[in-house]
Amino acid sequence: MARRAVAIAQPRWPGTAVAVLVLALFGGALAAVALAARAPVTLGAGDWAAIRFTLVQAALSSGLSVLLAVPVARALARRRFLGRGALITLLGAPFILPVIVAILGLLAIFGRGGLVNAVLVWAGLPPVSIYGLHGVVLAHVFFNLPLSVRLILLGWQSIPAERFRLAASLNAPVWRHLERPMLGQILPGIALVVFLICLTSFAVALTLGGGPRATTIELAIYQALRFDFDLGKAALLAAIQFGILAALWLASARFAVAQSFGLSLDRPVQWPLRDRLVTRLMDAAWIGLAALFLLAPLGVILVRGAPALAGLPAPVWEAAARSLAVALGSTALAVPLALALALRGGRVAALAASLPLAASTLVLGTGLFILMRPFVNPTTWALSVTALVNACMGLPFAYRALAPEVAQIRARHGRLAETLAMPAGARLRWLWLPRLRRPLGFAAGMIAALSMGDLGVIALFSANGQETLPMAMYNLMGAYRMQAAGGAALLLLGLSLGLFWAFDRGGRGRAEA
Amino acid sequence: MLKLDDVLITEAGFSLAADWEAPEGGIMALIGPSGAGKSTLLAVISGFLAPDRGRVLWRGQDLTGLPPGGRPVSILFQDNNLFPHLGVAQNVGLGLRPDLRLSDADRRAIADVLATVGLSGAGDRKPGSLSGGQQSRVALARVLVSGRPLVLMDEPFAALGPAQRREMLALARQVLAAKGQTLVLVTHDPQEARAADRVVVVADGVASAPIASEPAFANPSPALAAYLGEAGQN
Repeated sequence: MARRAVAIAQPRWPGTAVAVLVLALFGGALAAVALAARAPVTLGAGDWAAIRFTLVQAALSSGLSVLLAVPVARALARRRFLGRGALITLLGAPFILPVIVAILGLLAIFGRGGLVNAVLVWAGLPPVSIYGLHGVVLAHVFFNLPLSVRLILLGWQSIPAERFRLAASLNAPVWRHLERPMLGQILPGIALVVFLICLTSFAVALTLGGGPRATTIELAIYQALRFDFDLGKAALLAAIQFGILAALWLASARFAVAQSFGLSLDRPVQWPLRDRLVTRLMDAAWIGLAALFLLAPLGVILVRGAPALAGLPAPVWEAAARSLAVALGSTALAVPLALALALRGGRVAALAASLPLAASTLVLGTGLFILMRPFVNPTTWALSVTALVNACMGLPFAYRALAPEVAQIRARHGRLAETLAMPAGARLRWLWLPRLRRPLGFAAGMIAALSMGDLGVIALFSANGQETLPMAMYNLMGAYRMQAAGGAALLLLGLSLGLFWAFDRGGRGRAEA
Repeated sequence: MLKLDDVLITEAGFSLAADWEAPEGGIMALIGPSGAGKSTLLAVISGFLAPDRGRVLWRGQDLTGLPPGGRPVSILFQDNNLFPHLGVAQNVGLGLRPDLRLSDADRRAIADVLATVGLSGAGDRKPGSLSGGQQSRVALARVLVSGRPLVLMDEPFAALGPAQRREMLALARQVLAAKGQTLVLVTHDPQEARAADRVVVVADGVASAPIASEPAFANPSPALAAYLGEAGQN
C-alpha cells in the first residue's frame, strides 16, 4: 500500500509536552495526597454510603433528565413558534451558568420559603424540603435537562426530511419507524454522559446535600480534607471515583454521542404531518413547562438581585475582582494548552484532554498544595492554584471545541500549506490562528465562564481576604444574608455570561469567508 | 527532465505503474478514465503519496524522500488553492515567502505578477469576493511567482465553464511557458489533451510513456482509443 504523507506536519512536541504536563499534574497530585497519608486507610460505613448515594443520585438524575428531555425535544423539533431560536440558545446557558447561582434560584422556587411551598401551604398541604436526595436530583435535572434536549434534538435533525415525507406518503407510523429507532441509538450515550457529569457533582451536593444520607464522593473528599484532614481517605476516595469514571468512559466509547458544541440547532424538522389538536397542545405544554422550569429560577435571580446590586458590601466587589482575575488567568492558561493538544491530536492528546473529566478537582488542588508546601506558603497562592485547577478542568471542553475544527482545516487546507512549505510559526500565525478564531473564542468563553462560576478547590483553601465571588456568595447564603446573596448571584451571573459573550463575540469578529 | 524510475503505487484494489522520462518545457496532459490514477500520479510527483517502489527524479535529483514543500514542484488542486482568510496579495506572497515576511521588493513583485494575470489592484481583496475565474488567476499568480520549475495541475479549472477553462489554460501556457516552467495537467477533455504538447495515457494500471500529442491522437494506442470511444459515446 502506498503511504499517505502527513498533511500539515505541525510539530507535535508542544502537544506532547502539554499532555505529559497534564498527566504528570494529575498523577503527581494524586500521588502526593496518597503519600502524605499518615495512617492506613479504611473506608467506614459513611464512605460506602457516599459511594452508594453518588451512584443512586447520578442514575436518578440522568434517567429523569433524559426521560423528560424526549418529549421536550420532540415538541421543539416539530413546532415553529416565535422565540424558538432564543429558547434553544437558552438551553445552552446552564452549561456556563454558575452552579451556586442556579441553586439560589432553585431555592427561591422550591426552597423552604419558596414559591412552590407558598402555594402548598396556601392549599393546606405540608411543605416540601429541597434538601437531600430529591434536591440534589432536582438541581441536576435543572442543569442536564437542557443539555439532553439539545443532544436529542440533534438526533431528530439527523433524520432526513425525505424520510418524514416518505413515511407520511406511506401513512406509516413515524414514531415506530423513524423516531423510536433514532432514540434507541442515541439515548444510551446521552444518559451515560449525564450520569458521568452528575457523578463528580460537588457544589450541588455541598449546598443541597450533606449529612450521612446525601453525600457524594466528591463531597466526602471535601469533608475528609477540610474537617478530618484525612489525606489517605481523600486519596482513596478520589481513586475510587476515578476508577468508576474511567470504567464508564471506556464503556461510553461504544456509544455514539452527537457533539453539540457550536452546532446550529435553529432549523426545525420538516414536519409534513398534520397533527391533531391534542398533540399540538401537548407539545405546547411540554415546551412551556420546560421553559418555566428553566426560566423561573433565573427570573427570580434577576428580580431579587437587581435591587440588592447597588448595596453590595465592598468585600463582594473585591471578591468579584479576584474571580475575574482567576477566570482570565485560567483562560489565558487553558486556551494555548488546549490548542497545543488539539493541533497534536492522536490518542495521547485525547487522553490528556479527557483525564480532567474523571479526576477529582479537590484532590488535584490538595495535591498541588502538598507539593508546594516545602517551597512557598500555599495559602497565599490559593488563587493561582484555583486558576490552574480551573484551567485543567476546562481543558476537555476547549479541546472538544477545537479538535473537530482542526481536523476540518487540516483536510481543507493541509495540502496547500504543505506544498507551500510554510514554516511552523507561519502556519500558526497565518493558517491556524485565523481559521480557528471562532472555536478559540468559543472555548475561551466557556473556560472563562466555568472558571468564574466555579465553587470547588477554593472552598477548601479560601482564607480570609482570598475568597472568590462564588465563595463569597456561598458564605452569604450560609449566614442567611439572602438579599446580599441575591445581589452577588446577579453579579456573578452577569460576569459569567458576559465573559462568555465577550470571548465568543471576539472569536466571531468580522465576517470572513 | 522529469523521470519516473520504475514507479509502482498500490492501494486497495488499485495499482499504477510508470517508468518513463519526459523533457522539460511545454504542457504534458495526463488523460484517461476516472479512477485510473491520474491524480494519484500527481500526488506521487508532488510528494503527498510515497510510492511502494521506484523513484521520482527531476533534473537528475532524486525527489522521492523529500516532503511536498521541499520539491521543485507547484501543484494546483481541484479546490482550496487559496486561503480564504488571507488577502489576494498575501495568498500570492506565500509563493514568494512561505513565512509571509514580505519586503517592499516582494510587494512590488506581487503587484507585477497580479498585473500579468490581469488582476491589477486586487491585492487587498479576499478570495471570497472574487469570481471563480479570478480566484484561478490568483492561484496561477502564486505558482508563477514561486518560480518552481515543475507545475502540476489536478483539474484546478474544473469548476469553470468551457470558455473560461480554455482561457485559463491559455493564460497558464502563456505566462508559465514564458518563464520556462513545465506544466503537467490532468484532464478528461480530449480537446485539452490535443492542445497539449505531450500526452500520457493513464489506463489499466499503467501510465504510458509520454508521446507528442499530434501523433498520439492521429494514431491512438488501444488504451487511448478505448478512452476516446468511451468519451465519444457520452
